[in-house]
Amino acid sequence: MAANLASNLDQASVRTHVVAADWQAAITLAGDALVAGGVTTDEYTAEMIAAVDKLGPYIVIAPGLAIAHSRPSPSVLRAGLSWVTLKEPVSFGHKKNDPVSLVIGLAAPDHEGHLEMMQALAGVLMNSDLLVALKAAGSPAEVLALLSNPELLTEKAQS
Amino acid sequence: MKIIAVCGMGIGTSVLLKMNTEKVLRTLGIDADVEAADIGVARGMARDAEIVLTSEELAEEIGDVEAQVIVIDNFFDLDEITEKLTSALE
Repeated sequence: MAANLASNLDQASVRTHVVAADWQAAITLAGDALVAGGVTTDEYTAEMIAAVDKLGPYIVIAPGLAIAHSRPSPSVLRAGLSWVTLKEPVSFGHKKNDPVSLVIGLAAPDHEGHLEMMQALAGVLMNSDLLVALKAAGSPAEVLALLSNPELLTEKAQS
Repeated sequence: MKIIAVCGMGIGTSVLLKMNTEKVLRTLGIDADVEAADIGVARGMARDAEIVLTSEELAEEIGDVEAQVIVIDNFFDLDEITEKLTSALE
């Protein structure tokens, strides 16, 4: 894999197997993780929840996966991501892709500057073996290790 | 040919959908211009596009446009995108 998602993801922005009661709580976790990594302010978390209130659960773009995000605004400090896996999947009200066990928070200060990050993200999300391992990962360090070095996966499979 | 990938905000899911649509078009050997757009500008942009790709929730928001609106359930399922694009282009 050419692009490396780990370089866009601060360890403070990764949470593994945390508990969320509902989709609002799940987005709040992803928002808090963005704030912890210095990507956004708390305002952005409220904007992400408002986006789903207004437009529906369209952010659940694949089975079990929600990309929580809002639009570029002053609450975005830089382009970045957060990564939250849930202990128990929660429903977002999506007809086909519920329940959600991975919430990725995404923020960008404009429409263009984050395209490399999106390429890297797409690369990870298209890799179903890697995704299974990432969802199983029990610590932020393990998530980042897998992201920065996907070869670990093959070594694991062979051992 | 112009194709628009639509999401609510224009920075996240539409960008992912655009990337995967371009991948599918390359495999199919179809020459098309794919643009990502947010729901606010999508209706205007749809005027000179042939196809609009989006999720089910947003397809309802887009409403009546001349372009064919295709609903994609799984943005990472290249087979689904391939199948729906192919049948739309027939």
